[in-house]
Amino acid sequence: MDIHEYQAKELLARHGVHVPRGGLAYSPEQATYRAREIGGSKWVLKAQVHSGARGKAGGIKLCSNDEEISNAAEAMLGRKLVTQQTGPRGKLISRLYLEEAVDIAQELYLGFVLDRKEERVMIVASAAGGMEIEEIAETAPDSIIRATVDPGVGMQRFQAREIAFGLGLEDNLIGKATETILGCYRVFRDYDATMLEINPLVVTRDGSLVALDAKMSFDENALFRRPEISELRDKSQEDPRETFASDRGLSYVGLDGNIGCIINGAGLAMATMDMIKIAGGEPANFLDIGGGASPERVAKSFRAVLGDKNVETILVNIFAGINRCDWVAEGVIKAIREVGVDVPLVVRLSGTKVEEGRRILADSGEAVIVADTLAEAAEKAVAAWREATKKKKAA
Amino acid sequence: MAILLNRSTRVIVQGFTGKIGSFHAEDMKRYGTKLVGGVTPGKGGQTHLGLPVFNTVKGAVRETRAEASIVFVPPPFAADSIMEAADAGIKLCVCITDGIPSQDMMRVKRYMRRYRFEDRMRLVGPNCAGVITPGQALMGIMPGSIYLPGRVGIVGRSGTLGYEAASQMKALGIGVSTSVGIGGDPINGSSFKDILQLFERDDDTDAVVMIGEIGGPQEAEAAIWARDNMRKPLIAYIAGLSAPKGRRMGHAGAIISAFGESAQEKVEILKEAGVVIVPTPASFGEVVADTLARTKKAA
Repeated sequence: MDIHEYQAKELLARHGVHVPRGGLAYSPEQATYRAREIGGSKWVLKAQVHSGARGKAGGIKLCSNDEEISNAAEAMLGRKLVTQQTGPRGKLISRLYLEEAVDIAQELYLGFVLDRKEERVMIVASAAGGMEIEEIAETAPDSIIRATVDPGVGMQRFQAREIAFGLGLEDNLIGKATETILGCYRVFRDYDATMLEINPLVVTRDGSLVALDAKMSFDENALFRRPEISELRDKSQEDPRETFASDRGLSYVGLDGNIGCIINGAGLAMATMDMIKIAGGEPANFLDIGGGASPERVAKSFRAVLGDKNVETILVNIFAGINRCDWVAEGVIKAIREVGVDVPLVVRLSGTKVEEGRRILADSGEAVIVADTLAEAAEKAVAAWREATKKKKAA
Repeated sequence: MAILLNRSTRVIVQGFTGKIGSFHAEDMKRYGTKLVGGVTPGKGGQTHLGLPVFNTVKGAVRETRAEASIVFVPPPFAADSIMEAADAGIKLCVCITDGIPSQDMMRVKRYMRRYRFEDRMRLVGPNCAGVITPGQALMGIMPGSIYLPGRVGIVGRSGTLGYEAASQMKALGIGVSTSVGIGGDPINGSSFKDILQLFERDDDTDAVVMIGEIGGPQEAEAAIWARDNMRKPLIAYIAGLSAPKGRRMGHAGAIISAFGESAQEKVEILKEAGVVIVPTPASFGEVVADTLARTKKAA
């Protein structure tokens, strides 16, 4: 789960990391009011969306009076910001963050991430901040400093100090940098983060060390014990198709194709999507219906998939272990009758109670295209989709 | 004798008396697993499904001489249960639970390092379908009927995609020595490489099918190990060709976040290491059959 920059900065500030003075605004009036609260003569207005690369996309504006703030706020609010990371749909700007402008002497990079190879927390730092870490890795690979921390032992002060010296900071900043790095680590550990990135971490002309931007993601499996993080979820930043599905306990990822997928198991779901692609189609979504798929759950899945107006065919692929094909079949029929499925539907059932499941589909009298194997299911779905688009064009 | 599990392995269930634990305990018993008891703290002394219930894993091991444990404990408490099993002298622990926080798993892995390598418990999972040695024993949630006993090992992250592979093989009369689900989490007990090492040493396994997916470094690590150390053919499929970067595809670990983690990149790395690639998820059966035929001819 991602959070906004201002939320990450609040968490960091509570753990001794210096951040610029700032305030949240939902309207141009609030933004100008915040400027007076903060004081000074230069401010930065930042669109709060779950994405990096906001500056290049027009989501960050330097302002020096009320009129500039007000105009910039008006231009941003309610708009969708399309960055290199958001995809063409962009993300809605409904919150702004106004900060005092900082006089930058040097930009650094500081990142914390869950390292799957080492099975530890990895800290990455570089004196070449201000660009994406991938870019740093390409243009200045020698500037990258790495350290790993076992959360069972915690980050040691010497590790933070080594990074501070490695960044080539002046002696009077080593103490501050060490505190900043240790503070970030505590936030990462205490809130079950999976990623924390401060880019840039800046040295100001008056010799302080400030987190100018902050990005954080959290382990969704740990949210049960982090209610203060769960509260920070902003659904306006999510694909509405995904919000609908996740509110109903379904694991769903929206894509750009036309063949809607309802499958049990993440691996089989990915494989079925691969098979659709190989057969010449494009999947509209990933959906794992999970174990114990009751008829109600199947119907919910149909609602989620059909909520995407681009879906022109649906493929259901169930390999029942704990699941039961007869229940899934009942769910499919229930969905056709209650939800209304007005696109071609291909169903492949396999595993526990498969005969009963197939019989329920056959006896229902509904127009269900049945497939026996994975290959056949994908081919039939792509063929049905082609047929449907041809008809649509003719009409 | 296949790997990890056979008909004489003495198994207990942690989270025994819960709904899910009970359901699968019965299923495993029916399959032929030598189930000797279970653990539910606070219910020690009771009898459940005709087997003794214990308060602690240590108690269960003392009374039943259990060597293996399967964990159905809910995510907030699962890491604790795994560490309890490790401390009680359990040799194999299979954790089915989905949803354990990553930091808990890091703690588990560190905790296990306190034991000497020879005494250390082997953990399979979490978030996996378990282990089955067809015709002998089941420690997991997979439908036993889709596996034919035989001489091909399977190791995979996903449950249902593993079923798909096993049933395609069964349709061609190809059986399985042992199938191991290592689970879909970013930090797991046994890696692909760990399981390949066991299959390579196993006299009852002729070839191994590895079913990987996007995210993480384990498939590549396993392929490089196999190139340098494995004499048996390794056959692999990587799921997630159509997965976009940076999105989690159901499994907590199925996310492309670095170079080498997409399906295409992994397939390239595997090919270069000499692994036989299954080009589509519908061709597990064929490719395994072809590979076995070729190996036989060569021998």
